[in-house]
Amino acid sequence: MRVIATYNIKGGVGKTATAVNIAYLAARDGFRVLLWDLDPQSAATFLFRVRPKVKGGGKALVAGKRPVDDAVKATDFPNLDLLPADFTYRNLDLHLDNERKPATRLRALLAPLRREYDLVVLDCPPSISLLSENVLHAADLLLVPLIPTTLSVRTLDQLTEFIAGFDGKRPRILAFFSMVDRRKRLHREIAEELRASRDDVATTAIPSLSAIERMSVGRQPVAALAPRSQAARYYRELWLEARERAKLSVRPAPPGQTGSAPH
Amino acid sequence: LPSHLREFVLSGEPLAAGASLPRIEDPQFDFAIGRTARTVRRTWFDTFDWRLFRAGLTLELVAERGGGEFVLTGRDGDTVAVQPAGGQGATRIKFPCAVDALPIGQLREHLAPVTGVRALLPIVKATSTLREHRALNADEKTVAVVTVERMTVTQPRHGDTAARLTIRPLRGYDAQAAKLADSLSGAPGVEPAATSTFESALKAVGRKPGDYTGKIDVRLTAGMPAALAVAAILDALFDTVEVNLPGTIRDVDTEFLHDLRVAVRRTRSVLKLAGSVLPESVVCRYAPEFKWLGDLTTPTRDGDVYLLAYPAMAAHLVAATPDELAPFHDYLARRRAGAHGQLARGLSGKRFADLARNWRLELDVISAAPRPRPRAGAFAARRITTTHQKVLRRGAAIGPDAPPEALHDLRKRCKELRYLLEVFASLHDPSQQWHAIREMKALQDCLGEYQDAQVQHAELREFAARMMDERRAPAATLLAMGEIAAKLAERANVARREFAGRFAEFSSPRGQARIAALTKAGT
Repeated sequence: MRVIATYNIKGGVGKTATAVNIAYLAARDGFRVLLWDLDPQSAATFLFRVRPKVKGGGKALVAGKRPVDDAVKATDFPNLDLLPADFTYRNLDLHLDNERKPATRLRALLAPLRREYDLVVLDCPPSISLLSENVLHAADLLLVPLIPTTLSVRTLDQLTEFIAGFDGKRPRILAFFSMVDRRKRLHREIAEELRASRDDVATTAIPSLSAIERMSVGRQPVAALAPRSQAARYYRELWLEARERAKLSVRPAPPGQTGSAPH
Repeated sequence: LPSHLREFVLSGEPLAAGASLPRIEDPQFDFAIGRTARTVRRTWFDTFDWRLFRAGLTLELVAERGGGEFVLTGRDGDTVAVQPAGGQGATRIKFPCAVDALPIGQLREHLAPVTGVRALLPIVKATSTLREHRALNADEKTVAVVTVERMTVTQPRHGDTAARLTIRPLRGYDAQAAKLADSLSGAPGVEPAATSTFESALKAVGRKPGDYTGKIDVRLTAGMPAALAVAAILDALFDTVEVNLPGTIRDVDTEFLHDLRVAVRRTRSVLKLAGSVLPESVVCRYAPEFKWLGDLTTPTRDGDVYLLAYPAMAAHLVAATPDELAPFHDYLARRRAGAHGQLARGLSGKRFADLARNWRLELDVISAAPRPRPRAGAFAARRITTTHQKVLRRGAAIGPDAPPEALHDLRKRCKELRYLLEVFASLHDPSQQWHAIREMKALQDCLGEYQDAQVQHAELREFAARMMDERRAPAATLLAMGEIAAKLAERANVARREFAGRFAEFSSPRGQARIAALTKAGT
């Protein structure tokens, strides 16, 4: 089982859209996927039409009083399950801090899912907190969406430095430009410059496209809603890059399932 | 979701013209109607004696365009193992086959201990058209997949089944799916499915699971004429012979012949011990015919016994290696193949066909006008008592120095008693019958072990001599066979030592009382 997390300290940079589409595309490729919506705003949960409610809340999950797989809901797509968000997740830092090894608690909670899933995608709330530290420790790959601005690039440097300080397991990073406006010269220049200077920046950039925004109306991943759209194609390319970086081996889709049709 | 809420049968025609699903009055749910239908070919497998069914398992091959899979499910419908079948790269399996023919994997691991020596046979085949609809909640989230299946049985013959509706809840939506099931079960013409899809397919062709057992299933009453009872028993025994005939001739697995032989032996014992209520001419004419039939089957069964025991024999070698014993296996297999050829010719020949036809006619004549006396209950009790006394007398005469023949003879008498108990079982109290048979079985196992080990020991010497004559016996093989001979002699000695204790138990006042209780109850 591999863990991919979408992470950025800033909000509104496309983390949820990325998590949802990457999870969907992985499931369509035959991987057994769990998407955990860790954000109390519950946008990913909303996109899959699931109620943002976990019995016992975040406290019960973190304390291990309720097994993680007990709270899992199937989405309408084969191979793709969701661990919904809950408003109590806003206090996850407090609950994690009550545990014995607070920084690696999330990793421990995911361990029993190893047999059931090939991939866990974590959709993180924008913050720098104990929860985000947990995510960094649990992930094999961090997908970091960046708005092409000088400040975002600084954030990536800070993140890289922070992870370099970890003992033992460190996640790999795959940064990618998100919400790119190709008409803006500054966006193009920053993207080219960063790709030239770092090897952890994806070739794929996700432009700012209305199809992505329409996901919240259609309440489906754009790759399902408009599979032939440009947006779907970009996410597909990003998924292929992420899959290679996360070293996920190709898994054939189970017989009788096309992968693209809902359950 | 419990199974009664999971599957429904659509009786009559509950779907309105053009409708895909029964109409339900529940505003909580809406349906996304599936536009396309899938066609699935379904084949269910079991052994001839329903070992999977009896173990609560169902094995199904579900095939559709582009491949298929074997699915093994448990009693509660949960999947136990899945194995891809067909498609590219998969080995084609030709049924019927032993479980060893399946690819190594979980499926085979689960099946092997259940099927044992029996082959897997395709029991029934069907073609289904499945249309899947999604049940949506108020958020338009799918909470369950509702499948409507229309199945037509294609083999062993054509048969139609009622349409079925299955609710498969999505993970985390059991409660909502249960509500949906409640609403559906209230719809007109929708009934909870009382049987599985497999059972419905069987029912469509007039069968039910577990419809074959090697046991005698005849309903007798104590007051009926004994001649009628005996004719019914003989008729049922010949059913067993005939039902096992194709599998024996085609050599599907060793148990077809085993069950056929047991039915022939039982027939011979009934003719011998209870034939007095039948016309003498019938007994005189058919006793030799059934002896011929029994003798015809013996060489093949002997070969089977050796070959079935062979893996254990090879595994227990101490000084020799299994490779050194291999020429012996080849020799046994060749002999057995030759014997089976003769058996198949005999069973397909005129003598057997005449026997089968005339025997049934004879039994019909007896049943049409049976002698009114004696009555079955009193007659069975007398025969069982006499045979029991004979076993007790002969057993008591066997001392430590008795020759092997005395034990072999006792084994035969015990078999006769056991057969009498079994064929008249429906006259007895089931619990008393069970105790009596259990006690008999302990004695019979001991006698069987003794005789089998002894006979096989003697035969092994003969095989060695013949193999040498045919120049098929390397020295290493003969040495390995010597080791097996020593083991057989040891087994015979152990069984011989155990005999006195087993017989003492059987002939104790308590043991005798068990048989006496049966005969009393039977009258």
